Amino acid sequence: MTRRGARRHVTFVVGVVVTLGLVATAGVSFVYTPVDPLAMAPGERLQGPSAAHPFGTDQYGRDLLSRVMTGARTSIAVGVIAVGIGAFLGVLLGLLSGWLGGWLDELFMRLVDAVQGFPAILSALLFTAVFSPGIAVSMVAIGVAFVPAFARLSRGSVLELRAREFVVAARALGAGDRRLLVRHILPNTLAPLIVQATTSFPVAILAEAALAYLGLGTQPPHPSWGLMLKEAQNFLSMNPWFALFPGAAIALAVLGLNLLGDGLRDVLDPKTA
Amino acid sequence: MRRYVVRRVAAFAVTLLFVSVLVFVVVRVLPGDPAELILGTERDPATAERLRESLGLNRPLAVQYAAWLGGAVRGDLGTSIQYDVPVGRLIVSRLPVTLPLTLLAATFMIAVAVPLGVYAATRYRRGADYLAMVVSQLGIAVPSFWSGLLLILFFSVYLGWFRSGGFDGWASGVWSGIKSLLLPAVALGLFQAAVLVRATRSAVLDVMREDFVRTARAKGLPERRVIALHTLRNAMIPIVTVIGLQLGQLMAGSIVLESVFALPGLGRLALGAISARDLPVVQGVTLFVATTIVFINFAVDLAYAFVDPRIKYD
Repeated sequence: MTRRGARRHVTFVVGVVVTLGLVATAGVSFVYTPVDPLAMAPGERLQGPSAAHPFGTDQYGRDLLSRVMTGARTSIAVGVIAVGIGAFLGVLLGLLSGWLGGWLDELFMRLVDAVQGFPAILSALLFTAVFSPGIAVSMVAIGVAFVPAFARLSRGSVLELRAREFVVAARALGAGDRRLLVRHILPNTLAPLIVQATTSFPVAILAEAALAYLGLGTQPPHPSWGLMLKEAQNFLSMNPWFALFPGAAIALAVLGLNLLGDGLRDVLDPKTA
Repeated sequence: MRRYVVRRVAAFAVTLLFVSVLVFVVVRVLPGDPAELILGTERDPATAERLRESLGLNRPLAVQYAAWLGGAVRGDLGTSIQYDVPVGRLIVSRLPVTLPLTLLAATFMIAVAVPLGVYAATRYRRGADYLAMVVSQLGIAVPSFWSGLLLILFFSVYLGWFRSGGFDGWASGVWSGIKSLLLPAVALGLFQAAVLVRATRSAVLDVMREDFVRTARAKGLPERRVIALHTLRNAMIPIVTVIGLQLGQLMAGSIVLESVFALPGLGRLALGAISARDLPVVQGVTLFVATTIVFINFAVDLAYAFVDPRIKYD
């Protein structure tokens, strides 16, 4: 392995380890947290790190380590579902757009341009005005923001592949549109789509935290890293630790997933690496 | 060229139409009855009916949409329920916070990221390059509102150099205005700067592999001149494109930072409108911000074709 290859290998391994750590933390939090993440202890409010509370406590005396652990679940859940929504709608739109071509293609792509004008925060504002804020609004708003990237990617693949010999051959053998798209074209676009999904995941985690912070996403008392930071802001001068741990958890998770995404791109998609 | 521009403008108009449809559908169609939503649980039928009448909700949806769009095109976005003033005027009154914040963040982002990215490219695969990449990898991982909180913690709580939030307006002097926007602009620009460092580095590296750069070196030009005259000018096209797209991101991001630093901008206007069920304001602000972002993307697209003659105009 070359020196460059070895370095990439190292960052990829770091990415995998941190990501596994994130998933493991979320998994463990279902069966074990040091303290019940919702249990209040008024006598132990806003404490710094100690043996009993390694990350300290919040304004209700709740154990921050337990809450940060449980918050991992929220991040992963929102990440998975938001990326799922974005990938499903985006791929559907992209495949149809590229396959149908003509004025429908033009129209679909203008719709995609329009959706690009709505970053997750803006859609969340809009949805929250109509529906009550909550984790579902986060998932949909973030998912919608991912649609353009997935749509462009899959449309590009269709345009590139539709005239290739194996597609023409399958058509000559009598395959219909749906079969051509689902059995022949889609499998050949999977690698860049997987890379896109992996790189979207940390973006979703950042967006979930921002929405929860604004009060548009996950609602109390559910532990979400963004929500914890919102609560911490009121007590910055009394307990700075309160703002440090949830923020560090976000940064670590995003860093790990970004490294994982970079590594996967090197492996799966050598053209863009 | 003219044909290209005409086509882009037509596409832009269609995109804007879609933007307006999306906003209209979410606010006016999805909830079923906006009047009930605005009045909440303690509504009586007579009030709801009056509100429906005044908002024009009794008319067919297509007519409502046409009326709303017609108004929006002329700058009439309806009247705020909470403040009883035109939504357009409310938006304009908040721009002196959101726009300078966005521009200040953009200035910070460019001033930090472009030189760093160019430097990293010239030190390709050496210590400084690795360091720049590690720092930018960290920068991409830190959410802007958390860096905002950390900046408050350090510069306001610990050092006491800046206020932890609030904005007195520009009337009390330009410097005092900028001082209130400085920390939020840095927090907002930091994340995008990390993205831009990487984009700049790879754009410069791409150009440095070109034949004309080798020729410039071969004829004995000092490296500084090769970078400044031959490399940077050509690398600027993709860099400027990325910066353009980031402007929209910065504007959306300012909504979050306004909340962290209690700044009375567009984001706070929209958030306040949500708790007050002030639908026309939410609708107006989202339409305004989405339109601005789509416009920036369109302008970048168009500028790209003007700047780079190699782009095909079909």
